Amino acid sequence: MNDRDHVSEEELNAYVDDELPADRRGVVEAWLSTHPDDAARVAAWRKQAELLCHRYGHLEYEMPPPRFSLDRLSRRRFGALAAVAASLAAFMIGVAAGWTVHGMETEKPSDLVRFTNDALLAYRLYTVEVRHPVEVTGDQRPHLVQWLSKRLGAPVQAPELDKQGLKLVGGRLLPGPTGPSAFFMYENPSGERFTLYCGHISNGETALRYTSGGQNAAYYWVDQNMAYVLSGPMETGKLHEVAQAAYDQIDRRTAPPG
Amino acid sequence: MSEFRERIEAAIPALRRYARALTRDAETADDIVQDTLVRALRSEHLFHGGDMRAWLYTILTNLNRNRLRTLARRPVVSPIKDTDATTSGPDSGGRDIVRALEMLTEEQRSALLLVVLESLTYREVSEVQGVPIGTVMSRLARARNEIKAYLDGERPALRRVK
Repeated sequence: MNDRDHVSEEELNAYVDDELPADRRGVVEAWLSTHPDDAARVAAWRKQAELLCHRYGHLEYEMPPPRFSLDRLSRRRFGALAAVAASLAAFMIGVAAGWTVHGMETEKPSDLVRFTNDALLAYRLYTVEVRHPVEVTGDQRPHLVQWLSKRLGAPVQAPELDKQGLKLVGGRLLPGPTGPSAFFMYENPSGERFTLYCGHISNGETALRYTSGGQNAAYYWVDQNMAYVLSGPMETGKLHEVAQAAYDQIDRRTAPPG
Repeated sequence: MSEFRERIEAAIPALRRYARALTRDAETADDIVQDTLVRALRSEHLFHGGDMRAWLYTILTNLNRNRLRTLARRPVVSPIKDTDATTSGPDSGGRDIVRALEMLTEEQRSALLLVVLESLTYREVSEVQGVPIGTVMSRLARARNEIKAYLDGERPALRRVK
């Protein structure tokens, strides 16, 4: 056998991918007929491709959700507020139409996913607000916490984030996927804003988790049937520190005594 | 709708498929696809004909790489997997193809998926990844061997997080 008859690993790959020059196909096929190990590998690689296509191929036939409408996405050029308005409108339409009759939605998002989406939406909507970012200002903290706890029917807490350089701007009551939600806004001296959104949820407990959308990101968790979403700007390292501090305080508060 | 937009729109299902397999997380994948589309729409003036799909795959691959870099800077984060989301599918629990993908480096995974799932040529993948064809071929070969070893039940190499 001379060098021309030897088949390399890369040629075997190229054979599987139909990338082989025509004059090498016959050589590779002859090689495979006399090298069962390589023939088995080629078969295994083809099987991998089959598994991948089986697992992910359906997306090619799935109607993309409305969020991918190019008209809507291109409106984002006119600024973040237009995008917020568009997604808020889409969200309202989604609520009005209901998930089940919404033919294009093939996967119903979990409460927690809807919760974090709402929280990020509220973050984007209110943190850009200069004159009326909150309903009740942070200097009325006890009143704010008492009011929101009453409306949610469970004690809520505005964590102390002074050590993270954040002061409470205030809060407001918002609609959430499962009922009323409490919304607290914090701000640091350079004007970066972070928000905490919380409300009831039936899911079990989770650890601190991360999600992102656009320029913003959030850490979220569930503790004693209450979901919390701490949102902030994505590109600063502060978010995790702030979320961890809030998580620790709320975790400590709700921990069983003893 | 302009021809440019029509071609972008036609590519959305394939972009979602690639992103889903690349990130193994439905939400993250769709976020990246959305960012890809926004970026493409803004960069119409930068697109001088040629293969629209390869161009979009390039944007998506780069956005995902940036995302992983950002994640890498945040140490104490649990994976972006919502247990409620349908990420694991019916074949979870054992050594399935999704878990096998986790064994690969990001470059290997991207090369394999672009070839196998998206039917790009080696040349197109080399453009998307910005590396010579030879590098694409060795990434592919390694990816396939790694997956085969994993599915055959060998212990995964201690590499993983990338």
